Amino acid sequence: MPPLHIKKGSSRHSAYNLRSNFSDVQETHTLAVIVDNEPGVLARVIGLFSGRGYNIDSLTVAEVDHTGHTSRITIVTTGTPQVIEQIKAQLGRIVPVHKVNDLTVEGPSVARELALLKVAGEGEKRVEALRLADIFRANAVDSTLGSFVFEITGAPEKIDAFAELMRPLGLVEMARTGVAALPRGR
Amino acid sequence: MVVQALKDQGVDVVFGYPGGAVLPIYDEIFQQNDIRHILVRHEQAAVHAAEGYARSTGRPGVVLVTSGPGATNAVTGITDALMDSIPLVVLTGQVPTFMIGNDAFQEADTVGITRPCTKHNWLVSDTARLSDIIHQAFHVATTGRPGPVLVDIPKDVQFASATYTPPQKARVSHYQPQTKGDIEAITDLVAAMETAKRPIFYTGGGVINSGPEATRLLRDLVAATGIPITSTLMGLGAYPANGPHWLGMLGMHGLYEANMAMHDCDLMINIGARFDDRITGRVDAFSPESIKAHIDIDPSSINKVIRADIPIVGDIATVLADLLEIWTARGRKVNREAIGKWTAKIAEWRKVDCLKFTQKGPVIKPQYALARLEALTRGHDRYICTEVGQHQMWAAQYLGFNAPNRWMTSGGLGTMGYGFPASIGVQIAHPEALVINVAGEASWLMNMQEMGTAMQYHLPVKQFILNNERLGMVRQWQELLHGERYSSSWSESLPDFVKLAEAFGAKGIQCKDPGDLDEAIMEMLAHDGPVIFDCLVEKHENCFPMIPSGEPHNKMLLGEVSTKDAIKEGGAVLV
Repeated sequence: MPPLHIKKGSSRHSAYNLRSNFSDVQETHTLAVIVDNEPGVLARVIGLFSGRGYNIDSLTVAEVDHTGHTSRITIVTTGTPQVIEQIKAQLGRIVPVHKVNDLTVEGPSVARELALLKVAGEGEKRVEALRLADIFRANAVDSTLGSFVFEITGAPEKIDAFAELMRPLGLVEMARTGVAALPRGR
Repeated sequence: MVVQALKDQGVDVVFGYPGGAVLPIYDEIFQQNDIRHILVRHEQAAVHAAEGYARSTGRPGVVLVTSGPGATNAVTGITDALMDSIPLVVLTGQVPTFMIGNDAFQEADTVGITRPCTKHNWLVSDTARLSDIIHQAFHVATTGRPGPVLVDIPKDVQFASATYTPPQKARVSHYQPQTKGDIEAITDLVAAMETAKRPIFYTGGGVINSGPEATRLLRDLVAATGIPITSTLMGLGAYPANGPHWLGMLGMHGLYEANMAMHDCDLMINIGARFDDRITGRVDAFSPESIKAHIDIDPSSINKVIRADIPIVGDIATVLADLLEIWTARGRKVNREAIGKWTAKIAEWRKVDCLKFTQKGPVIKPQYALARLEALTRGHDRYICTEVGQHQMWAAQYLGFNAPNRWMTSGGLGTMGYGFPASIGVQIAHPEALVINVAGEASWLMNMQEMGTAMQYHLPVKQFILNNERLGMVRQWQELLHGERYSSSWSESLPDFVKLAEAFGAKGIQCKDPGDLDEAIMEMLAHDGPVIFDCLVEKHENCFPMIPSGEPHNKMLLGEVSTKDAIKEGGAVLV
């Protein structure tokens, strides 16, 4: 069949700028969702992910504009490009959702996470833990003769790396906040 | 305050059932005459009746039920409305705010339960916000892709007084979906239409939801371009069944010519349909050679199942107006010669005559019953509802719809028990019209208590039951897929439908002889009141044509001979 003049795969008019083809590659995206700060809104967002079988790698939520009553939900999710587009479209049609931004594709962004790690140990291990904490710019926010609680902020990969190093040195327990992210520049 | 808000939203009828937690609202309703309350016999039926009202008028349906079981009984209807994009406002009573969470009598977490099956819902915790929320509810239900919304009102909030907010002063919602389509994309579609050799319109319920203007523009566009048109189950009536370019319904039980044309087209223009699995069959073999344009008001419909080459987000009427304007400005061009050949090709497929059947012998064929119903009611401006199953597909195949809002059927959710209460809602909205519910005996029994409602309000709804004493569609699938092991798919201990009608004070007619059918149908039509028409039909008739699960459009089954091993292993898991 002679081709029509519209090229297949053209999607420049898509409301959500779909990439060229349905692909099987799994991608991780960070989404920033501005929502009305009202009861049940988080349940709607989480219910969407569980009801439609999407993944949540991490999720953080807090009010960011007290006068406007809006909260910011930052979601890290993994899926094929088609699934990611579907997630954004589905989020966009939740009534209390004002805006959905995909920080992974909309230009450079900065993502940070805070973690607390409890490391128990004595002797050389304890000294080594403190030395590594210094290198990672982690602060000891609690110390006893047998343990530290370190506070560390950074990109999730940095926290992963720090936790990996602490494991053989006596990592007992860890708490992470999940990712908060903003686009870079103005 | 609730009643005032409903009045200001133009509501004239509410379908409901009272209970402890909504008594203050019922007391308000009692003391006025502007809003009519229709007492149903089960809350699910209230929602289906409101759906029937909404679909036949284009206005939102309103439901009022109590807390706990009232709300949970409504859930099936609400989910049905969500799947078929029907605008509803459901008001539920709730236990008083200070008792919420205490497992109080008739308490249920209604907003929690209905969160995934509504477009949006609200728990009103403060009377001062009540009227504003009701106005918001109407806005959300009817704007963008329509759908059901629910407002849960605790009893103490109903009793308390506060200043009323009229609709004009209600808070402006940030929920304002895009209605105007991207002009550049529409221009791309026009360009594709100008050169396409085998184009086809594939339309859906979105055209009807968009309103009469969308239907008018669609008809103009089809007439001017000569492009053939098919429709989903939900979209029947947007383009008239007696129109020259009509291909019939497409999909699993769609017409041969419609499905073959969908498979072989080079330009598919989807207008307000959602590439449902009943339509696409096997997705990777769906219309392999076509450029696909998709017009939909809901961005999440686009690229959900089938990749759109030309995606257009917007309201159908607005987009079609722009499309016609651009097409006209560019000289109203289409490839007439190629479309002529394409039409000839379609005419060849049509010769297969996929709906043909032979009525012979002493037993009524269901197809014959519907063909006669069609012939004898063609002159009426009739409204048809259906239940779910074989009779639903036969009704879609053998009845012709020449106007929108005349066809009420549960498409997405496939709710047995939908049709009877829906026919009540339609008759309330159109008291003078002929309203027929084409039913199967099993579906019909699921909401048969509504005979009480039909009698109470003198609603002359005609219940046309194709009685094969089987769950026909289940039986058909068991025959095709489960080695003819008919597990629980027959209707045992059926009532005598004539006596059942008489028990309610209605008219019952039974017909089993093909020779008596016309006269019996005429008797049903002539009776001024509810009728149960028990049409005893062939028990083992299967519904064809059929695209077996897991197969593409060009692998249709046309009749009994072609069914052996039709569904392969991979298709067996599909429903």
